[in-house]
Amino acid sequence: MKTGWNVAEVIEVTQETRTARTLRLRLPGLAGHRAGQHVDVRLSAPDGYTAVRSYSVASASPGDELDLTVEELADGEVSPYLVRQVAVGDQLEVRGPVGGWFVWDPADPSPVQLIAGGSGVVPLMAMLRAHTAAAGSASPGGAAPFRLLYSVRGPDAVYYGAELDDLARLPLVDVTVVYTREAPAGSNEPPRRLDAATLVRSTLPAADNPAVFVCGATAFVETVADWLVQAGHSPARIKTERYGGTGTRP
Amino acid sequence: MTGDLDDLDYLDGNAAAGPLSEFFAIDVVSARGRCAHCGRTDALATARVYPNSHGLLLRCPGCTEILLRLVDAGDRVCLDLQGLSFVELRRH
Amino acid sequence: MGIVSPGFFGRPRRDDPGLPPGQYLTEGFPVLSAGPTPRIDPDEWEFTITTETGQVHRWSWTEFLALKQDDVSTDIHCVTSWSKLGTSWRGVSLDTLFESVESDCEFTMAHSYGGYTTNVPLDDLLGGKAWIAHEFDGEALEPAHGGPARLLVPHLYFWKSAKWVRGLEMLRQDEPGFWESNGYHMYGDPWREERYW
Ligand SMILES: Cc1cc2nc3c(=O)[nH]c(=O)nc-3n(C[C@H](O)[C@H](O)[C@H](O)COP(=O)(O)OP(=O)(O)OC[C@H]3O[C@@H](n4cnc5c(N)ncnc54)[C@H](O)[C@@H]3O)c2cc1C
Ligand SMILES: [Zn+2]
Repeated sequence: MKTGWNVAEVIEVTQETRTARTLRLRLPGLAGHRAGQHVDVRLSAPDGYTAVRSYSVASASPGDELDLTVEELADGEVSPYLVRQVAVGDQLEVRGPVGGWFVWDPADPSPVQLIAGGSGVVPLMAMLRAHTAAAGSASPGGAAPFRLLYSVRGPDAVYYGAELDDLARLPLVDVTVVYTREAPAGSNEPPRRLDAATLVRSTLPAADNPAVFVCGATAFVETVADWLVQAGHSPARIKTERYGGTGTRP
Repeated sequence: MTGDLDDLDYLDGNAAAGPLSEFFAIDVVSARGRCAHCGRTDALATARVYPNSHGLLLRCPGCTEILLRLVDAGDRVCLDLQGLSFVELRRH
Repeated sequence: MGIVSPGFFGRPRRDDPGLPPGQYLTEGFPVLSAGPTPRIDPDEWEFTITTETGQVHRWSWTEFLALKQDDVSTDIHCVTSWSKLGTSWRGVSLDTLFESVESDCEFTMAHSYGGYTTNVPLDDLLGGKAWIAHEFDGEALEPAHGGPARLLVPHLYFWKSAKWVRGLEMLRQDEPGFWESNGYHMYGDPWREERYW
């Protein structure tokens, strides 16, 4: 872990969707991080005003590089800057990666259920990537079943689409995407909000005692965590990461 | 679900990991802490963070009392731990 | 101070004579959430002023509404950098509430439902400078904004305008309240940018 504020350089930017962008940062001296961690990003205006926001790390590489994926909120202060203005070669102040709680440990052999709402897929993607890396090593977690349930507005709001398709073909990985507003072209399932029954149908049963990670806007996380407990999951097995924004329930 | 939407305006204790990392050499949100008010003892990551306040507040999910508060005054950071009567760290 | 982020200016700030230094203008009314919102039934609500002798002056909701009501138009300035100009409130002036109160103290501590406290010198509460407000923009004050009633001391940073206020305690010496004991300024004048100690 690197402590305090450090300067990272933006080395690559990729448009993820119409409203989201992935920034690849190089943070000199960083030697990897744990899947699920986040960094705090600090922006400073010329008059000394600063704004700090947290962003999960999407990548799971061992070196000094980190991918962040940021969703632009139309009336936001920080996200529009990160999505539209930051360019390759710019410097950003970051603190972390931090957070040792909402992390997946490759030494843990438990089955894993990931549940994402919108941009909440970011740290869960790091866990999927770390799982793939662990599957190629002797880590017990590499042999664990991994499931992702991803609730998203529509097909063009999906992050990491091609990579998720590839991951879904792996024997231990299962990916379910629920489209809430707009279904993919040619799909015969209409768009619908995630509900408790769909959640139970498309996740690992409580009887398997999976480690569950839920991430997304606060209202989404709150509702999903309630449903999981009602479905018999032990609250101690459910780890949550609320992103803020109280407006959107599943 | 109880309460109004504005009562939901909190994050998980994990979101306080960055600010607290300036005080603690280890990841303190994974440490177990005891609420000085009701005695509930659990990982600080399971507490509630209110980040949009005048400072950062960590509240007990059991009794909603304040476990810790942190104010970033720019050139100084102030941390009040009155609401925590005990903290247990795990060595890895 | 760290590196400047090229092209980042934060919320647009402009030179407006009504804006104290470092503040930006907002049209909305941001809620700074510090915890669950207390829900207080007006039937159980009361407001008290407690003097150094232990004497308690007490108003029920009905008694409070029967007092002389003021309509107040004023600017408010939050220490987290937003200001809102020309807000309208209705409430009871602290001058009215203090008419019957005998005290030699120069300082007060405001106490709120939910446990919040903030210190304000008595001088800053009297002379038409402060109210216990129960209406905002012609409507009953919402719980999220401090309803049923909040202290309104608009010439100081807004954290001094305690939401869900339930009483004032007279103090011989100034003592720090909730935020003042953890980094925030004892007085909080926005024009002198008294944000932190
Ligand atoms: C631990 C952690 C990890 C995070 N990781 C990511 C990430 O990987 N990618 C990412 O895009 N964001 C992430 N977030 C959210 C991020 O920190 C910011 O809150 C978000 O980018 C909005 O900042 P802003 O300055 O643009 O908006 P602000 O100016 O802060 O807010 C603008 C408006 O949007 C609302 N709002 C704030 N946050 C959200 C939200 N998450 N959803 C909906 N409405 C909201 C506010 O209430 C306000 O009305 C994470 C948050 C946390 C706590
Ligand atoms: Zn408690």
